[in-house]
Amino acid sequence: MTKVIFVACLFFPVLLFAQAKKPQPKARAKTGSLTTVSIDRGKTVYSQFCLSCHQADGSGVPNMNPPLIKTKWVLGPKTVLIQQVLKGSQGKVEIDGDTFHNTMPAQAQLTDQQIADVLSFVRNSFGNKASMVTPAEVKVVRAKTK
Amino acid sequence: MKKVLFLMVAFALAAAGSAQKPTTDVSISLPAGFSSTVMAKSLGRARHLAVNSNGDIYVRLERLKNGNGILRLRDKNGDGKIDDTTGFGNYVGTGIALKGGYLYASSNTGVFRYKMNGTEPDVAHPETIVKDLVDRGQHNSKSITLDNAGNLYVNIGAPSNACQGQDRVTGAPGQDPCPLLEIAGGIWQFKADKQNQSYAEGVRYATGIRNVVGLDWNTATNTLFAMQHGRDGLQDYKIFPDSIAVELPAEEMLEVSKAGDNFGWPYCFYNQFEAKKVLNPEYGGDGKKVGRCADVKPPVIGFPGHMAPNGLLFYTGSQFPDRYKNGAFVAFHGSWNRTPLNQKGFFVVFVPFKDGKPSGDWEVFANGFAGKENITSPGQAVYRPCGLAQGPDGSLYVSDDVKGTIWKISYKK
Ligand code: HEC
Repeated sequence: MTKVIFVACLFFPVLLFAQAKKPQPKARAKTGSLTTVSIDRGKTVYSQFCLSCHQADGSGVPNMNPPLIKTKWVLGPKTVLIQQVLKGSQGKVEIDGDTFHNTMPAQAQLTDQQIADVLSFVRNSFGNKASMVTPAEVKVVRAKTK
Repeated sequence: MKKVLFLMVAFALAAAGSAQKPTTDVSISLPAGFSSTVMAKSLGRARHLAVNSNGDIYVRLERLKNGNGILRLRDKNGDGKIDDTTGFGNYVGTGIALKGGYLYASSNTGVFRYKMNGTEPDVAHPETIVKDLVDRGQHNSKSITLDNAGNLYVNIGAPSNACQGQDRVTGAPGQDPCPLLEIAGGIWQFKADKQNQSYAEGVRYATGIRNVVGLDWNTATNTLFAMQHGRDGLQDYKIFPDSIAVELPAEEMLEVSKAGDNFGWPYCFYNQFEAKKVLNPEYGGDGKKVGRCADVKPPVIGFPGHMAPNGLLFYTGSQFPDRYKNGAFVAFHGSWNRTPLNQKGFFVVFVPFKDGKPSGDWEVFANGFAGKENITSPGQAVYRPCGLAQGPDGSLYVSDDVKGTIWKISYKK
């Protein structure tokens, strides 16, 4: 019992902290709306194609892969963000003086819908709050990116 | 249970209240008889380190601190705490070594050295020993070690995961032959005292190595040992169940016994469960096919995948118990791509050696750097081990590159 308390004491503040950092699912007033459905699908796309590098909580990997938390790419112009997924990049991103050693592969094999979903998910997770990305927007950028 | 809750809340409040104070240090665990002291903290991105015969510690930084990339730490009054710190070298990097009256330090493109005048390096006159090595961001750190015959060994990591035409695009075929192997993906040998060498003057001493951060000259075997960081993204090919996929490929301890040894990257990976090198999926592999990998050199040991071995040191001191003599310490930085499982490997391990070969399984030596169990993302780790060095009295030094902490580990009978 003493041990339990001791362990609990040790880890509780850490837990609190971890809790606070967990992605807060957006308050969903209209459950089942198109928005929620797209974000939910986006989560699946994220798990499969982005999570290993950018991590489950969007915090990235120090020096290797950048965080997706309130960065100018995530919250900024959608064209730039969509291009980042379509083309990938290397050595271009700098956040608070940090650069990242890894390569982000192009993800052009994803459909317009998948890219719209995953970016909508990212823009509304990890503490981010921004407008949705639509398949039509992805389509326009893809046509210009070729 | 109520009591537990109450205590937890009380503790959380207390913790919140004392948030101004520096957080109490994470204490690392060690085998019985060993103890550690924190020699320095908050140095920044402390990568490798070297300890001089007078106890001065030289620390290599991956990011400049007050314009300096090398720190010299001294304990002037001998109380076990650093009380005199200076810095020099306005370039970042990972490698640092003391040998033959010189301090060697690597940038991400070459190696410089400083003559030691007594205990002071001549910081005003660095000599350029190696220059113009490839740096494309990925795997750009150049780790170094020296032998006793006047040679310097420099790792040149491949700026790639598996030499695909499109790096890290799952399914994109591998380039064959891989052109990167001409300039990277191996360890190059240079003369330790000759200035301005580059590829033309160097020897590709070992090839087929994706990236190495920890390497050391083993004076007992008189051979070079290096820790390879295995490839990423094998999981994405779904050729193994998740529980096995996260452990593959092995992080390898390699012994280069003769110039030209080939360890198989990017064509092969090592499956430690079957103790063999097999073809990578980018080169037609299905997890079983061996093909050309039958001819490449296997590792001395295969550690679990992705733990990122960043420091290697063969222990030659007499302070630690006999079984540690000539054995290997390996500092693992900890993984980032073992999802969906937890990350692991934020520790220093020991491998006992006898007659130049491992004489038993590897064992965790120093642990607890991460500050908590169940790390899901490496950003949660408080400290991450990176460099190792041996002091003149046989103590072991460990550096951390998250906050810039230096531990000294000693043994008392
Ligand atoms: C193999 C690792 C990897 C994968 C997989 C990956 N990224 Fe990245 N990502 C990176 C790296 C590395 C950078 C920085 C590239 C640079 O410096 O030019 C980056 C940059 C970014 C950026 C811009 C910088 C920032 O942090 O805001 C965004 C947005 C982004 N990635 C989103 C995604 C999304 C969405 C996916 C999945 C569809 C994804 N990434 C998959 C490694 C990866």
